[in-house]
Amino acid sequence: MDLFFVIFVEILYGIASLALISIGLAVVFGMMKVINLAHGEFMMLGGYATITAVNLGINVFVAMLIIAPLLVGVIGLLVERLVIRHLYGRLVDTMLATWGLSLFFIGIVTMIFGNTTTSITTPIRGFAVGNYQINGYNFFIIFMACLLLIAIYAVLKITRLGLIARGTMQSADIAASLGYNSDHIYMVTFFCGASLTGLAGAIFAPLVGLVPTSGSAYMAEAFITVVAGGPSLIIGLLSGATAFGAINQIVTFTSSAVLGEVAILVAAVIILRLIPKGITSRFFKGKM
Amino acid sequence: MIGLWKKQDLLAFIIALIGIWLLPTMISTYTLTILVIYGMLGLSLGLIWGFGGILCFGQAAFFGLGAYTYAIAAINIGESTVPMLLAILVPGVFATLFGAMMFYGHLTDVYLGVITLVVTLILFKFINSTAGPQYAIGHARLGGFNGIPGFHTLNVPGRTDIFIWGDTLYYVCALALLVVFFFVTWLLRTSFGRIAIGIRENETRISLMGYDVRARKTILFAIGAAIAGLAGALFANWGEIVTPGLFSLQQNAEVIIWCIVGGLGTRFGPIIGAAGLAYLKFLLGQQTLIDNAIIMGLILVIFVLFLPKGLVPATTSLWQSIYDRWPVRRSGSRRRTRSRSATHHA
Repeated sequence: MDLFFVIFVEILYGIASLALISIGLAVVFGMMKVINLAHGEFMMLGGYATITAVNLGINVFVAMLIIAPLLVGVIGLLVERLVIRHLYGRLVDTMLATWGLSLFFIGIVTMIFGNTTTSITTPIRGFAVGNYQINGYNFFIIFMACLLLIAIYAVLKITRLGLIARGTMQSADIAASLGYNSDHIYMVTFFCGASLTGLAGAIFAPLVGLVPTSGSAYMAEAFITVVAGGPSLIIGLLSGATAFGAINQIVTFTSSAVLGEVAILVAAVIILRLIPKGITSRFFKGKM
Repeated sequence: MIGLWKKQDLLAFIIALIGIWLLPTMISTYTLTILVIYGMLGLSLGLIWGFGGILCFGQAAFFGLGAYTYAIAAINIGESTVPMLLAILVPGVFATLFGAMMFYGHLTDVYLGVITLVVTLILFKFINSTAGPQYAIGHARLGGFNGIPGFHTLNVPGRTDIFIWGDTLYYVCALALLVVFFFVTWLLRTSFGRIAIGIRENETRISLMGYDVRARKTILFAIGAAIAGLAGALFANWGEIVTPGLFSLQQNAEVIIWCIVGGLGTRFGPIIGAAGLAYLKFLLGQQTLIDNAIIMGLILVIFVLFLPKGLVPATTSLWQSIYDRWPVRRSGSRRRTRSRSATHHA
């Protein structure tokens, strides 16, 4: 029974962490059709922002939930204004340019922090379930993933801003003719995507030893989750994260962590071969 | 067959020979060898991306596969001729199967990019985790992140005691690049190559003309992989060690940057881009002030934004426009600059 509970929590954790890693990319890709290959580096920057702030004596939750998202959001804003703005509608070119940006960020961080591992301690303590130990931080990640998904859904569905944003993504020309500046809306959307990414990076910072290149590990997982999820933003993200998170944890339990990661990648190849436009292009069509 | 060759090919051949002969006086042959090998890797992606319109984010996978195939086969066989052939064959066959899986599933642009990238990552993660002694092929231990050192390097075919190394290895690599270059030139002038360019321009139209687009893309993809495999095998001989770093994202990114910078849709562009940027990296590696990745990243961003066609097409059209404006023009109509839609990915 205890084992069953532990496995259940681990699977939930696997799904939540994939959702959290991919959320910023999903906003940017799902709404703006821009694939940001610097996504992993945005997470890495969020992590470094948190660790630096904590080392300066700021409370870990303030650093994680406020400083990191704001900082990465501002970096995202700069990137959007300077580079991505010129490349809308050119999918492959945005991928290449953001890949260049990812190398650039890796270089900058290597120069500032050096090519060494930095880390902080986990702020929430673990507890025992029967004979097993559960990391208390896992619940925080599950909680944050749920909170963010609900928040995005609420903003897009209920508020006027969300309505305008969705309208612009569907047809920028019509939104513009109704008097909305699509340029600004893209800018704000990209800012939100970047801050969500920074937040995710900050949340994962206590769990991993951070190095300048640790972004690439996130990037692949986020990338396949979003692309396999397909066109719908929230349902797509959830279905992609559920599929890969569950597969990863089950394979990790039955064999090893490396095979778990390889299993995700193999599953991604199979899913994309069968439904190239993603899960939500066939199921849950037209949902958000 | 003869009709396929043009006058400028002879010119290119002569210039190449002079270059191979003169370059060692300026740059050490050890560095030149790797530049030539990277040039071949760049050309392999330039062929399938620039002429076939297949954006492969995992060209490094075939490069690494070629290198590992060579190292494993060389340890087991103890000479170099068969391993060299295997290093071309194995990536070629792998790419045929892999390409058939993708192209018969009608995957295009982003989705193709994701899958090729993911397969490279699978190889990277798998090879990285094979440190234990249970992972061995024949006598060769895969060695995980430490890679495989100490395999039999290139020897004169039939004479396992005469090794090809140092200056000789440079000449062998340069000649191999020359052969590959003229093979690509020939391929692009055959009907296969011309149809491949047609597929890049408009896939639907070519398929409506009755050509099997899927099979042709698969074959082109496999040829590109085989060339990358050959480059990988030569790299293994140059470095005398193969490591999982060959499959890394960094390596992948670099091949793509070479092609963008050099110019897609040209044969020279990727070679020049690869050799030039690799040399730049070599020079940058000798200073510690600025990290390499910053420069490489900036170069990629700047080229995508301002010079998306790359150096070679840009220089050609610049030269062409100067030539056009020349006051004493020969009679006849204004020479038209052929605008290649090199960066066009429908």
